[in-house]
Amino acid sequence: MNKPVAIDPIFEPILQIANLQVILPSGSDRAHAVKDVSLTIHAGQTLCVVGESGSGKSVLATTVMGLLAKTLKAESGSVKLEGEDLLKASESRLRALRGMRMGMVFQEPMTALNPVMRCGDQVDELLREHTKWSADVRRKRVIEVFEQVKLPDPLRVYSSYPHQLSGGQRQRIVIAMAVILKPKLLICDEPTTALDVTTQKQILKLIAELHHSQGSAVLFITHDMGVVEEIADQVLVMRGGEAVEFGSRDDVLNHPKKEYTQQLLAAVPSMQPPPPKPEPTTEPLLQAQGVGKTYISYNWMGRKREVMALKDAALSVRAGETIGVVGESGSGKSTFARCLIRLIDPTEGEIRWDADPVQKLTESQLRPLRSNVQVVFQDPNRSFNPRMRIVESLIEGAINFGASRAQALRRAEELMELVRLPVAGLSRYPSEFSGGQRQRLAIARALACRPRVLVADEAVSALDVSVQAEILNLLREVQRNFGLGIVFITHDLRVAAQLCDQVIVMHQGLIVERGRTADVYAEPQHEYTRTLLDAAPGSRIAAVA
Amino acid sequence: MNPVYKQLLSNKSVTLSSLTLFALVLLAVFAPLLGTIDPAFMDYMNINQGAGTKATITPPGEVAMAHTYWLGTDSYGRDVFSRVIYGTRVSLWVGLVCAVVSLLLGGLFGMLAGYFRAVDSVLMRVMDGLMAIPAILLAITLVAVLGASLPTVVIAIAIPEVPRVTRLVRSLVLTLREEVFVEAAKALATPTPVILLRHILPNAMGPLIVQGTFIAAAAVLTEAVLSFLGLGLPPEVPTWGNVMAEGRVSFTQHPGHVLFPAMLLVPTVLAINLLGDGLRDVFDPKFNRRKS
Repeated sequence: MNKPVAIDPIFEPILQIANLQVILPSGSDRAHAVKDVSLTIHAGQTLCVVGESGSGKSVLATTVMGLLAKTLKAESGSVKLEGEDLLKASESRLRALRGMRMGMVFQEPMTALNPVMRCGDQVDELLREHTKWSADVRRKRVIEVFEQVKLPDPLRVYSSYPHQLSGGQRQRIVIAMAVILKPKLLICDEPTTALDVTTQKQILKLIAELHHSQGSAVLFITHDMGVVEEIADQVLVMRGGEAVEFGSRDDVLNHPKKEYTQQLLAAVPSMQPPPPKPEPTTEPLLQAQGVGKTYISYNWMGRKREVMALKDAALSVRAGETIGVVGESGSGKSTFARCLIRLIDPTEGEIRWDADPVQKLTESQLRPLRSNVQVVFQDPNRSFNPRMRIVESLIEGAINFGASRAQALRRAEELMELVRLPVAGLSRYPSEFSGGQRQRLAIARALACRPRVLVADEAVSALDVSVQAEILNLLREVQRNFGLGIVFITHDLRVAAQLCDQVIVMHQGLIVERGRTADVYAEPQHEYTRTLLDAAPGSRIAAVA
Repeated sequence: MNPVYKQLLSNKSVTLSSLTLFALVLLAVFAPLLGTIDPAFMDYMNINQGAGTKATITPPGEVAMAHTYWLGTDSYGRDVFSRVIYGTRVSLWVGLVCAVVSLLLGGLFGMLAGYFRAVDSVLMRVMDGLMAIPAILLAITLVAVLGASLPTVVIAIAIPEVPRVTRLVRSLVLTLREEVFVEAAKALATPTPVILLRHILPNAMGPLIVQGTFIAAAAVLTEAVLSFLGLGLPPEVPTWGNVMAEGRVSFTQHPGHVLFPAMLLVPTVLAINLLGDGLRDVFDPKFNRRKS
């Protein structure tokens, strides 16, 4: 948790942005990427800029770094780093300032690092650029910083390539690069969004520690209100390029003045599960017993290598019931989902759709049964064929199950109304829809052949919270109307708490805990479940919303 | 309008090369109307004449007529101008058919290899074997075995290109088959042939068309080379390569007999290659239309 830091008003602020305007190229949906935004950060303070996608929060960060895309231009206003106007600085001056006086941590550590360079050399490059130290001194300093960011075995990490490290370790390397020269300003652009919650917690703690020990100012960009609660001193809420609300963390989170901030906070799902519904007593629609998946590969010597992705997994879904499968990346939850819908073949165990065992069926035997179980995937950008009009995607399922084209078209129109999209949208291409709309379309497509079970694989993870809330409501609605059983795969404990009747917690390919959602959240039995629940950021948000 | 067409129209190299190719197509189609005579007609009275020679000729089955040999005649007394203009037909035809044949075969093999693991290893080793033989040598061998005629030359030029197309398509299919929309189609019980034709093929079309244009350009050149070497189409067929081979003997007296076909060959190949470059700019990166 943050300690309150005394601010001495005599000192000049580290970062001062005044009336900044960044214009978008003509033909964009709005004229300004950032419109008339002002903010001030003093030493030792963390300012969180929070907003949904398209709010201009990342543009703000890149403007400060002087890394704006060529199509964007800072039109007016000023960005002062310790009194020096960065908008007027030359390219070479900016290069000198980056690293030295301001460091940046990016969202995706894998793309921020050079994949063919050893991690140590990448950090060393910065020192070579900005200092006149000898190779020995530099190496000592790099290893010192690796220790400071709590990388295990710094010597080994020094000579490792990025792909040999985990996501959290890679982000620590990026942070090490950002802080090694003790910059006065640290800019973090969604640094934990690509990470698991437990890793996120550690990284947030690390950033807070570093900024207290170095007394630097932090500009922290995020979409996650939970993260804001963990780390911010001050909060700037942005929407459509404009500043909506600015204030101290407690003011903004507890007493939001603007309606948009209230909406944002209200859209954050609570960690408190609602009281449980009565359990249905019907026969299960989908059942899995002892399902396992082991990948076997042979190297060129013919030596066998086995990777266990899933072991002894079981679940059963009845009509009107939602089973949540929660876990971090690599927990085997997606493998389990794909086994359930038989997109991959399980190596062991039994899967029943209705009463039919399907684990051993071939693809052609499976086809007539596929209308039972349908799926909604995570990435709304990739789940539609970009070269096919929406109508073709929506009628495909019905036609495969014997409907005539006219029947299928009528069904597609019904579905568009069901997911509340204009029927005229049928003749458009997927690229003409937003992420949330595409996810509605994905649900419509899944419902086209009247399934009885819907498997949603991280179906709301790529969406903004307000859109996420809409999609969750839509899922609840179709479940009520059609008596669907839903298997909901997610890494997000908040979403699982609100939607699922039962949860299954997975870790390293194994189910570690299962039970009614309310029970699991109130009294987690397994050590790992406790860690996971504990790591969810912003535990107090729920009380606020 | 579909944004791809808009992009195509605004791309300079695409419009320029399309216009050039369109002009060449007009030349080929309207060859009989452009002051040409039967390119196979031999005028014994006027052998190895220079450009602009006037003569009275009597083509078989026709009455005597006045004719100007704009570019002179070759050693058999054939009209070089007519042979070059008619040669446009052969060259464009060879380029088009070779591209289509190698795309069809390569596309088929590539989709099979990319989608079905079992086919992959066998088929790709065969392709590797084919790749190890230099294209022109393979073409010469095929012509020698099959005999020289238009279909065999087309096959001889198209076959060496097949492994290259196969590799390209296979790599495209390998990534596309893992796409989420393919999984979604599978979950909707879409039969495998439909997945291949409706979901995978259209998304591989961009790079495939680009590759096709490069093959067409190479095919036009290879045909000319084969004909020039006397290994391509029979000498009586009017092709640019044949005209150049014929003209090589009398190059010092009538350089035009070599240069004129070359002056059509160069812009043809250039235009096709330019078209390919332009198409690649429009189609790559693969999903540049996607809004982030």
